[in-house]
Amino acid sequence: MNANVTKFRKDHTINWWLTAAIAVLSLTVLIPLYFTIVTALKTPAEAGTFSLPSSWRWQNFADASAKVNYPLAALNSAIITVAAVVLTLLTNTFVAYAIARNMDKKFFKFLYYFFIAAMFVPFPVVMLPMAKQMGFLHLDNQFGLIILYMILGLGTNLFIATGFIRSIPVSLEESARIDGASTWRIFWRIIFPLMSPINATIAILTALWAWNDFLLPLIILTDQSNQTIPLAQYVFSSQFATNYPMAFSSYLMAMAPILIVYVIAQKWIISGVMRGALK
Amino acid sequence: MSKKISSNRKIDRAYYWMAVPAAVLFAIFLYVPFIQGVAYSFTNSQGYGDFKWIGFKNYIALFQDARVGNAYIFTIFIAIIITVLINAISMFLAVALNGKIAFKNGFRAIFFIPYTLSVLVIGYVFKYIFMQPLPEIGKALNIAWLSESMLTSEQYSWIPIVFLAVWQGVAYTVLIYLAGLQTIDSEIYEAASLDGVNAWQNFWKITFPLIGPFFTINLVLTMKNALSTFDQIVALTDGGPNSKTESVTFLIWKGGLTGGEYAYQTANAVLFFIMLAVIAFIQLKFFGSKEKV
Repeated sequence: MNANVTKFRKDHTINWWLTAAIAVLSLTVLIPLYFTIVTALKTPAEAGTFSLPSSWRWQNFADASAKVNYPLAALNSAIITVAAVVLTLLTNTFVAYAIARNMDKKFFKFLYYFFIAAMFVPFPVVMLPMAKQMGFLHLDNQFGLIILYMILGLGTNLFIATGFIRSIPVSLEESARIDGASTWRIFWRIIFPLMSPINATIAILTALWAWNDFLLPLIILTDQSNQTIPLAQYVFSSQFATNYPMAFSSYLMAMAPILIVYVIAQKWIISGVMRGALK
Repeated sequence: MSKKISSNRKIDRAYYWMAVPAAVLFAIFLYVPFIQGVAYSFTNSQGYGDFKWIGFKNYIALFQDARVGNAYIFTIFIAIIITVLINAISMFLAVALNGKIAFKNGFRAIFFIPYTLSVLVIGYVFKYIFMQPLPEIGKALNIAWLSESMLTSEQYSWIPIVFLAVWQGVAYTVLIYLAGLQTIDSEIYEAASLDGVNAWQNFWKITFPLIGPFFTINLVLTMKNALSTFDQIVALTDGGPNSKTESVTFLIWKGGLTGGEYAYQTANAVLFFIMLAVIAFIQLKFFGSKEKV
């Protein structure tokens, strides 16, 4: 009896050893971020250690911003990310809906695998001909990138969304159909709003992908004025030479927008990503 | 599957309008380039200008090219290490984050941070850490292999690349495992604890089998990403020293878009695709027989 009582109590106490182990492991994430921040604010002579700067050099940000043309790159990244997210949500969702509702038909079943199969084709396999084709179609610009994000994400988004759509009872649609609503109308008025949790997941994953992607902008964008933030960092990385604090303030500016969004919407982002794992 | 009865029903035309244009776009932007790539792999094209059909010459040359061979060995080598490390670390972290620890949500938020960052940009940060402070620490502690930058060492330059890939990859994988763990009914553990089961048995006998499908998905995803390692290499070593850290993706990009080997590298891409298809097939056969995803 006594043993049972202690056991019960033990189950509800916190394991501080495990907490300490996790805290130490979390330093692997926090130390590089700390290092980025302190280095960004140092003079070149002071850089290279984990210590705090003796005086905070805010000027680094202005210098770095001018050097990599940060405002333009940030604007490009923002345009591409927002447009990719909006277009993905507005198109991929009804593709998923049409397929989810007609999986009993051979044709739609085929389409499902037609889209999903691309998930298993790694990008490097198609990147050379794709770069050539985008140039040929005059889509070697932001618009082309937006189209590619909308199309290349379809496999994953379908994978995430179809299970969810199938869990929505068809009876909800049938009463609307009897009232004479068209399939499109039913989709936009009934299904799309019901999909909002999964739409959030798709939006988060698409935004993180488009904002941070490097390889696709690298091979698609030909005009320097179209550069995204990661591409701008790549192009200018060799030019910082030995001025590491300036380079680091440029890196920090590259990370800051998404880190700020993440700090604000952390709970929402994490639950959104986790929802994507549970079909 | 129970819908079989309704299979003869008429489908509203609108459903075709929803799905078919997307399929056409998908074909134009993804499958057409893929087929073009296969066609180009039998030419001597440099990516522009005239070209001739040269049959299997590119493929024969690929098998005699030491640099290509090295890239394949390097890619498979780091992919296996990255996949194993990411999954082992993530599973430990997920179990811990799902367990009885303090500040659960705070830690969960911290471990996801790497996924929100651009690999290239944080890669430049790590490049500097591996170049400057880390060798300093190595010197101070008298550790020989740490005293010089690993990035310029032919022997160790793969370590920073694997480190960065794992550092970033764990973030997403942990969340998938956590999602899996939360599907497990806690009553199972309560029943087990009454039977005096220890933590180790708990994990291998209860937790692991129950998150099996998530393990399969993670294994396939992390392997696929690791086999396409690119950003990490551009940021950290640029393929060096002495082409020692060139992945297949890196080589396709470098040779194909900047080195005038367009057709040759498309042949490399086709070869890479065949290898990946075989790996995917083995993975699905091996794990698919055990668990239904």
